[in-house]
Amino acid sequence: MTTLPVDNTTIEQPGEGSPLVLGHTSFDTVTSEICRVNEAKKPPFAWYATMVISASLTLMLGILIAYLFLTGVGVWGNNNPAMWGFPIVNFVFWVGIGHAGTLISAILFLFRQKWRTSINRFAEAMTIFAVICAGMFPGIHIGRVWLAYWLFPIPNQMSMWPQFRSPLLWDVFAVGTYFTVSLIFWYVGMVPDLATLRDRATNKIKAVSYGIFALGWRGSMRHWHRYERAYLLLAALATPLVLSVHSVVSFDFAVAQLPGWHTTIFPPYFVAGAIFSGFAMVLTLAIPARELWGLKNFITMRHMENMAKIILLTGSMVGYAYGMEFFMAWYSGEIYEQFAFINRAFGQYAWAYWIMVSCNVITPQIFWIKWCRRNIWILFFASLFVNIGMWFERFVIAITSLANDFLPSSWGWFEPTWVDILTLLGSFGLFMTLFLLFIRFLPILAISEIKGVMPEANPHAGHDHDHEEATS
Amino acid sequence: MTTSPVHTEMHPDTAMVVDDMNPDTGVSQLWGLAAEFSSPAAIMDAAKKVRAAGYRWWDCHTPFPVHGLDFAMGIKYTILPIIVFFGGLTGTCLALFLQVFTNSLEWNIWGIVPVVGYQFEVSGKPLISLPAFIPVMFELTVLFSALTAVGGMLLLNKLPCLYHPVLKSPKLKRATDDRFYLVIESRDPKFVRPRTEELLESLGPDTIIELEA
Repeated sequence: MTTLPVDNTTIEQPGEGSPLVLGHTSFDTVTSEICRVNEAKKPPFAWYATMVISASLTLMLGILIAYLFLTGVGVWGNNNPAMWGFPIVNFVFWVGIGHAGTLISAILFLFRQKWRTSINRFAEAMTIFAVICAGMFPGIHIGRVWLAYWLFPIPNQMSMWPQFRSPLLWDVFAVGTYFTVSLIFWYVGMVPDLATLRDRATNKIKAVSYGIFALGWRGSMRHWHRYERAYLLLAALATPLVLSVHSVVSFDFAVAQLPGWHTTIFPPYFVAGAIFSGFAMVLTLAIPARELWGLKNFITMRHMENMAKIILLTGSMVGYAYGMEFFMAWYSGEIYEQFAFINRAFGQYAWAYWIMVSCNVITPQIFWIKWCRRNIWILFFASLFVNIGMWFERFVIAITSLANDFLPSSWGWFEPTWVDILTLLGSFGLFMTLFLLFIRFLPILAISEIKGVMPEANPHAGHDHDHEEATS
Repeated sequence: MTTSPVHTEMHPDTAMVVDDMNPDTGVSQLWGLAAEFSSPAAIMDAAKKVRAAGYRWWDCHTPFPVHGLDFAMGIKYTILPIIVFFGGLTGTCLALFLQVFTNSLEWNIWGIVPVVGYQFEVSGKPLISLPAFIPVMFELTVLFSALTAVGGMLLLNKLPCLYHPVLKSPKLKRATDDRFYLVIESRDPKFVRPRTEELLESLGPDTIIELEA
């Protein structure tokens, strides 16, 4: 085998990227270093500590949902006029988080951004768990949960059908499709790595359980050929899907007549915001994960820096959208529209608006400085701020427009109850529990893809007659 | 099974599993020979030579898709994209039908129970309001295409396949780690034990492994 020297530079030179995998020149060490996460007898102490907290929060979420079902949506702060309270804010927040995974796996794949291979697997996992949390909220918000099947066009004795001209129904299809496609994308990408875990399994239980999910994958080149086409097709399909899902979510607002909602900027603005918050969540999760499981050779500073750049880009797009909303409100000459925005910035929810602006517009601007993009602590705290800011963005959009619409006589004030706040906290518990289980039992990095981007994987390494071969 | 297995002329791409058990003795036979290589470049060279030697029932097992190896082996481009196109088309048509049926017409369809559509009139808009139906049509197109892409890929690959001579041999476990294997099956018309082994030997492999059916 041609041995190439270990290249450990993490500083990007113009025109050539720094290596995607550090410290390895053999495929075998890559396999064992990644599989170590799943094969270790015990996960790090921090895993147990986080698991206890998140599992308790999940339990609390279950109890709160039971309480909600037994009592009714009156346990929440939702009122008239703020019919959409925390559940919809949380729904939009979690769906937004769920956008980075498929963006990384689909859009960056189509753009041949090879650095995605180190982060795509767990960004995809994060997507799926975030969409589970997102889907839960409208589900429990419908009031009469036993009639949840009314969301779907199921033939029934009342000849009653859903209203297909409503964006809320489009949401059912968009989020449902997004969840299904993200799930199969994630799973198909994982099949070769599950086969690796199967072949390394030290006991029967592991071998059989990984074996079943690996579907008998044996690395056949005839299989790889179709596999690669299928993966490319999935990426090509998921790309417009990512853009459509948050566009459809934004239609929930934009199709309504309320001032502050009824604008055409919503779809692109929501999509940019979704990618922004999704990447922030990837950073929030990736930074502790790479420290705890020693994955710094795969998730390098180059990956961190690239994610910081995407956060800077999308954060600036979001900032531009905030400014443009104000401009359009003024330019439209509509008094209601103008009032809605003045009210956001200086009205009863001004505190939420300024939290949003400082977290989403000001925080990412520090990433213009290279030193900040390469400092783990700054990256981590900035990503937390972005998560907070993006939650408040949805709060500002949903609540301010509902609480203060056209007629002052119908204005109101929304205040979350303890159930609202604890349910939001519980959804983080559910998300983290699923994520921790994933880290423990499934391949958290795309092992076969990482091998494929190593310079050693090039079949023409050390050959100088490539062109001659290609034509023969 | 009382019927004997019929060996029809199938493309090696479409037939992966044949019963090679001797029906009289029940003793497993030689299923094929595997040559182990340690680099993508080595298996690339080997694949070109095996292809040139005229073998048809052979395959490479690699831990990751080696760039260009599929075409070096002479694998035909898969028809998967065409299947996916029709899968997507089905989704589009189904979504249009679903929405027009449930929201625009009062048709009666008889299944196990009668299913009746309903004419939703919303602010005097046309009953068949196509623009409002586009988002769901788009979503179902993507959903059906994606399911077809994955389902089609698995079907064409004959997966799941939890039993296979290549999986059976513990010596080939590194195919999912860091080794590259070229396997020639014994059912290949050109397969003659000494000559095939000689060919594999000439490719300079690390080892040659016998695979049992």
